[in-house]
Amino acid sequence: MPLIMIIYYAICVYIGAMLIWNFLREKKSVNDMLLYLLILIPLVLRILRVK
Amino acid sequence: MSREWTIKFVLLAAVAAIIVMAGFQLYNHRHYRTSIVTGPGVTKVVKLSDYSEGLKGTMADTNVFFLEGKEEGGTVLILANTHANEPAALLSALILLENAVVDKGTLIIIPQFNNSAGRNTRPGDGYPLYFEIPTDWGSKKFRMGNRDASPLDQWPDPDVYVHYPEKQLLSFLDVRNTNRTWPGRKNGPLMERVTYGAMQIMREEKVDIAVDIHGAETMFPVTNCIVAPDKSMRIAIMTSLTVKSRERFDNHVESSPSGFRGLSHREIGDYSDTMPFLLEAPLPFLDQPTGPKTVDLLLDGKDPFLLSLSKKRKLFVPYDETGWPMEKRVGQHCSVTLELIRQFSRKYPERTITIRNVPRYAEVVKNGVGYYYHDPAKTDKKNVYIN
Ligand SMILES: [Zn+2]
Repeated sequence: MPLIMIIYYAICVYIGAMLIWNFLREKKSVNDMLLYLLILIPLVLRILRVK
Repeated sequence: MSREWTIKFVLLAAVAAIIVMAGFQLYNHRHYRTSIVTGPGVTKVVKLSDYSEGLKGTMADTNVFFLEGKEEGGTVLILANTHANEPAALLSALILLENAVVDKGTLIIIPQFNNSAGRNTRPGDGYPLYFEIPTDWGSKKFRMGNRDASPLDQWPDPDVYVHYPEKQLLSFLDVRNTNRTWPGRKNGPLMERVTYGAMQIMREEKVDIAVDIHGAETMFPVTNCIVAPDKSMRIAIMTSLTVKSRERFDNHVESSPSGFRGLSHREIGDYSDTMPFLLEAPLPFLDQPTGPKTVDLLLDGKDPFLLSLSKKRKLFVPYDETGWPMEKRVGQHCSVTLELIRQFSRKYPERTITIRNVPRYAEVVKNGVGYYYHDPAKTDKKNVYIN
């Protein structure tokens, strides 16, 4: 895997972790909770090398 | 459990379910392998990475089939699935691969040229993941691919794709499009290594003509045609006139624009001695204003919206209630390919290529595409390539 690709996977992991962190911290808005998780879907699929 | 955590748990479970369901489908699609049966004419099977080392061990590596005649002659290279969402190309290449017998010269076939794109899909457009072609022994299942290679194999995309070596600025997406990365380079992005491999075949095997098979929208002017640069023009025109008069189907000639870089019909001609031809057959599935992108639309090309557009003269091909069935498109590709080879052989008798046992347009339309495929279960295992 080329170095630049590895860096992009690392960026995905970082953004994914931030989304989960925000999801856990969100207390009231169900809307925001759902949005954090929806944005997470493509990142998870990429990190698992599915899509 | 507090109300907050109950909601979080429910949301997490729902999203996890979506990821698992979609993930399994997408994973299975990427790893689904089609059986490719080789016919009596195949003499040698190699890998594209034998010509482009940078492909070794990647999903972009693919099989290259040689059909060598007993007598010396010219050489023709056939590329299919350059765009893996234009399946008439693969279906035509497999008819050749399973049936053709070469008496003179050499036929080289790369049926899954962009192997990575063949394992990619376009969920945003609702692409089906597979399609099946009925045969006498059951049905043959294929992956429906995408136009571009999978980002799992080549990522990230640049902001702008700077074409090599002409430095023309192309769309970022075209860095994964094997009809923009010609002539490619040894250590470039993965798709440039794919086209570089084909260029090396053309140089090393002294390929006379290369036929790159595609499909195009009915609303796009470059459809139902042969695209050719100046050096291939004479043979393209003779072919177009001959199929029109003898086989009664239209296939006009389009000139390859010299200012638009990266395309096979441009760079193969400019960077090798090979004469390139790009074949387009109408592919209603690719048009934007259609109903859902179903397998039926892919195979029969029938769509009510295109029909009404046709009545308003917005299409570049004739179109009626019968749509554009797959057997018509595949039949055209078979006939045009055979005719290009025949016209080339007439012009350069010392480089003649003689091929038999390949059906022409009328036969494919009458018998259907699946009629020409053999049952992999009943074929000697050493003649079945699973990819
Ligand atoms: Zn195409």
